[in-house]
This record gives sequence, C-alpha cells and structure tokens, in this order.
Amino acid sequence: MLQLLLKKLATLVPTLLGVTLAAFALIRLIPGDPIEIMVGERRLDPAQHAALVKQMGLDQPLPTQYLQYLTQLAHGDLGRSLVTREPVADEFKVLFPATVELAGTALLLALCLGLPLGVAAALKRGSWFDQLVMATATVGNSMPVFWWGLVLIMTFSVGLELTPVSGRIAIEYDVPFVNGFMLIDAALSDEAGAWWSALQHLVLPATVLGTIPMAVIARMTRSAMLEVLREDYMRTARAKGLSPVRVVVHHGLRNALIPIVTVLGLQVGSLLGGAVLTETIFSWPGIGKWLIDAIGRRDYPVVQAGILISALIFISVNLVVDLLYGVVNPRMRGGPGNPSA
Amino acid sequence: MKAFMANRGALLALLVFAAVVLAALLAPWLAPHDPVQQFRDHMLTPPVWQAGGLWQFPLGTDELGRCLLSRLLFGARVSLMIGLLSVLLALVPGIVLGLLAAFHPRWISPLVMRVMDVLLALPGLLLAIAVITILGPGLVNTVIAIAIGALPGYVRLVRGSALAEMGRDYVTASRLAGAGTTRLMFDTVLPNCMAPVIVSGTLSFSSAILETAALGFLGLGVQPPLPEWGSMLSAARDYIERAPWVVTLPGLSILITVLAVNLMGDGLRDALDPKLRAAS
Repeated sequence: MLQLLLKKLATLVPTLLGVTLAAFALIRLIPGDPIEIMVGERRLDPAQHAALVKQMGLDQPLPTQYLQYLTQLAHGDLGRSLVTREPVADEFKVLFPATVELAGTALLLALCLGLPLGVAAALKRGSWFDQLVMATATVGNSMPVFWWGLVLIMTFSVGLELTPVSGRIAIEYDVPFVNGFMLIDAALSDEAGAWWSALQHLVLPATVLGTIPMAVIARMTRSAMLEVLREDYMRTARAKGLSPVRVVVHHGLRNALIPIVTVLGLQVGSLLGGAVLTETIFSWPGIGKWLIDAIGRRDYPVVQAGILISALIFISVNLVVDLLYGVVNPRMRGGPGNPSA
Repeated sequence: MKAFMANRGALLALLVFAAVVLAALLAPWLAPHDPVQQFRDHMLTPPVWQAGGLWQFPLGTDELGRCLLSRLLFGARVSLMIGLLSVLLALVPGIVLGLLAAFHPRWISPLVMRVMDVLLALPGLLLAIAVITILGPGLVNTVIAIAIGALPGYVRLVRGSALAEMGRDYVTASRLAGAGTTRLMFDTVLPNCMAPVIVSGTLSFSSAILETAALGFLGLGVQPPLPEWGSMLSAARDYIERAPWVVTLPGLSILITVLAVNLMGDGLRDALDPKLRAAS
C-alpha cells in the first residue's frame, strides 16, 4: 500500500510542476501590462507602478520569477489580494470550509439517495420503479445546475417560503468562527435556533449541487449491480442459503463498488465546477464564488490561487480514489494500479 | 444503425434534436421579431397562455421588452454553433495528437500525455474559466476555452484505441506492405478507432452546450445583447418573482437540447459497442 502511494506520488510530480507553471503563466499571459490590468481603474503614479513591479518580482527574468513563485508556494504564501490587501491564504482558510461543507453534504446526499435507488432499480429491472428512477436520473444527468438552482429558489424560497434564498445563516445569528463548518460552529455556539437556520440555508444549495452526482451514481450503481447479479458467485451465495439482504449487500454491492468509486472520483470534478455555479446562485461564501468575484474585480492573485488550489484539490481527490481501489478491490492491491496514461 | 433505430428513446431524442437544429437554422424566418429589438412598452409581458399575454409575443418578453421566442430561437443558433465548433476544434487536434502519441511512444507520447495530465488537473468548467481569464469573454473565446477542456479526453481516447489497434494483424500486414507512418496512422488505424470517438464527440457536444450556458450565466461567455441561453438566465435572475417565464424558458431550452443529445449519444454508444449494450 505504501509502495503504491509512493509510486502514485512520483507520477504526480510532473503534473504538479505543470500546474504550478500554468498558474504562474496565468497572470503573465494576460495581454497587456499585468500591473495596469490588475490595478484597473485605480490610478497609479510611475513610482507606485515601479514599486509594484518590484514587489511582484516582475523585473526579474522569467525562470527566476518562477522559482520565486515555487519558493513562495512551498512556504504557503499564495500572494496578496489586490482588493482586500489580505494574504490570499488567509482568505482561503475561511472560505474553504464553506465549500467543503456544501460539496460534502451534496455528495453525501447523492450517495444516500443514488446508491439505494440504483440497487433497487437493478433488483427490480424492467419494473415501473426501475423506469421511473432511470428516467429521473437521465434528466438529472443533463440538468443545467444553474437553472435548477433558480427553479428550486422559485419553488421553495419564493413560492413556498420554506427556505432562505442566500447565505449560510440568518443575519441575526452571530456564530463565532471555530472551524468554519457552519453546522458545527452553530451547534457549538449557545445561540438557540442557529443550527436550524444553518441547516435551512444548506438544504437547497446542497440539493442543487448533489443532483448530477446523484443521477450519475444511481445510473452507475444500477448497471454495475446488473453486471454483478449475473455472476456465478451470486448464484453460489444464494444457493448457500444466505439471506437476500446479505447476498445483495455483501456479495453484490461490495463487488459493484469498484466502478462506483471510479465514478465518484470523477464526480468530484463536476462538484468543483458545480460549486462555482451553485455558490454564485446562492451567494454561498465559498471558494467558487470567491473565484468568480475575483475575476469580476480583476483580482488576479486570487484568481491564480483559486485555480491552483482547485487543481490541487482535484489531483488529491483522484489520488485518494486511486488508493480507494485497493481498499474496495483487493485484487488491485500492489498491482499496476490505474492503467491510464 | 438498425440497433440505434430500435432504441425508441434515442429515436425520439433524434427527432427532438432535429427540431432544435431546424429551429436554429430557420431562426431568421421563424422568429417574429429581431432578437435584440427592445419593445419598451412591453417589458416583461407574460406568455400568451397567461393573463396579460399578447399574441405579438407568444412566449412573452424579457426585462428590456425583447421577444423571448425570437431570442430563444437565435439562442439555439449560438449554442449549437459553439457546441459544434468547440467539438471540431478539440476533435481534430485530439485525433492528430492521440495518433502521434500512439505512434511515437518514445518522445512525443510522454510530452503530449504530461501536458494533457496538466489540463486534466482542472475540471472542465474551471479550466474554461481559467482560459477565459486569460483571453477575455466572448463567443470565439468561449469556443476555444471549451475546446481546450475537451482536448485531453480525445487525445487519451484516440491514443488508447490506436494502441489497441496497432497490435492487430492487419496493421502489421499494412506495415509490411510498405505503408508509411502517416498512411498507417490516418488510413489504416484511424478508421477503426472512430466508433468511440464519435460517441464521445456526441457526449462532449452536450457538455459543450452546458458549459457555454454556464459561462454565459457567470457573465464570462457570450456577451449581451447577443442572445445566448445561459446569459439570458443570468439576466433573468433578478426577475424571478415577477416574471418566472424569463427563467423557466431558457433553462428548459438548455435542458431539452442537452437531454436529447445525451440520449442520442447513449443510443449511439449502445449501437456501436455491442459489449456495452449487453451490460445495460
């Protein structure tokens, strides 16, 4: 297992270098003078301009600049926002838990609904239930996330007035920051009703973000289960007189999990993209909205860091998924791993 | 083809998609108004089936009094065009790079594949956003951004299927008969790799339409006043309470088109790949 991990990490080195190079190039590829673009309408006298050039190291040769950038990154320094003047890393630390909370809840929702629905659909293949689940999943899979969010807001917030439209918690609650996960912070605070308010704010965005993963998981689970149900070991398990639940869960689902884990890894990519849209619709203060706002304000250090961080998250998740293969499928342990690339 | 025709869902999807294509092609003749003309006296007119609707604007008007039906029809043009162009712009270099990587395992392959790994390190929409940050928003840049996002998938797919084909006897035979590398690549191997490429081309066409709309929604895609479904939605957000139709209709257009293309893609995959059909 450790060997597999090390081998995987070694193959990631060129990718990581490439990603940092791309993030480094991002600011420098924008046509025009980077300082003027970044400063935008804020007027600068030549002295300030020169100072900024020096501060950002833009007067150095490109390879030196890149090395400096890497050194900074190694020290956890992601640069400074041009708008708030705060270190980007500090802003990120506050916003990241919000995105994790949203995406995690969405994924949990998708798994809790998608997995059982997919299994049930496979077991009742061809029934009206199967057809209903698959039709819903097919539509869900094609759903434009941003529109779906607006439709849910229209129905539940505007129409039925059940849920709030935006934000993470109602303004009357002043929950102290503990770890940034609003549900936990609110539960720890002694304000009555804060937790409930946080949950109400979370339900709609998480549903929106979870819809596509849910549809994909349900479809994948169904087809993986159908594949497994045909296997000889399933017949053997039934013939041994095991209870139907044990046969399905222990022998069926366990083996169907391998393709499902793959799909799960891919879904994290769509969750990151979806988070950008969902956070924008619901004014959810996470890294997705941060990134889009930064583009609007031409706050390029933030954009650069946001892109870099998203790539790092995606790469790490894929690494975890690769390692998870070994856990769900003992046959893969120590094997050549993912045959791609 | 017979297998595709036997798939009722795919056939229905094909018909729906044909209708969308037709609507896009005939937009100048079908649309009752110029899509950017503002009727200031008729702002946010509801569709005809609602109280206050006018036959002049069958699907109502938006916040600037523009005819929604006309905008949706012309929006279909924009979406389909961006989808088609971005698929082609990714497909052609993807095929060339994939074949080059398959035929030159020593030098070109590692180089190309590492670059693709870097592109794959960002999920599609975020990669498109990064490209737009550099290039700036707009129609052409949307096409480029989406194509760059779709490129690694094609390269990997073509390289993978080309490598699988290259071990076959007919390729060896052709090589022994004296066929040059270029001929082997494009004449011998490529036609036998096309089935999965066509399927993934169809599916990436639908994700291109979705991404176009997503970028438009974020204000990073096609810029107003050009009618585009995503940017129409983004403008409609403020009128969610007063004029639900400005939100519902563009979204439904996106959903129906994407759904039709996806179902067609699924049908194609089942028809072209009997192994997968057996599984579902």
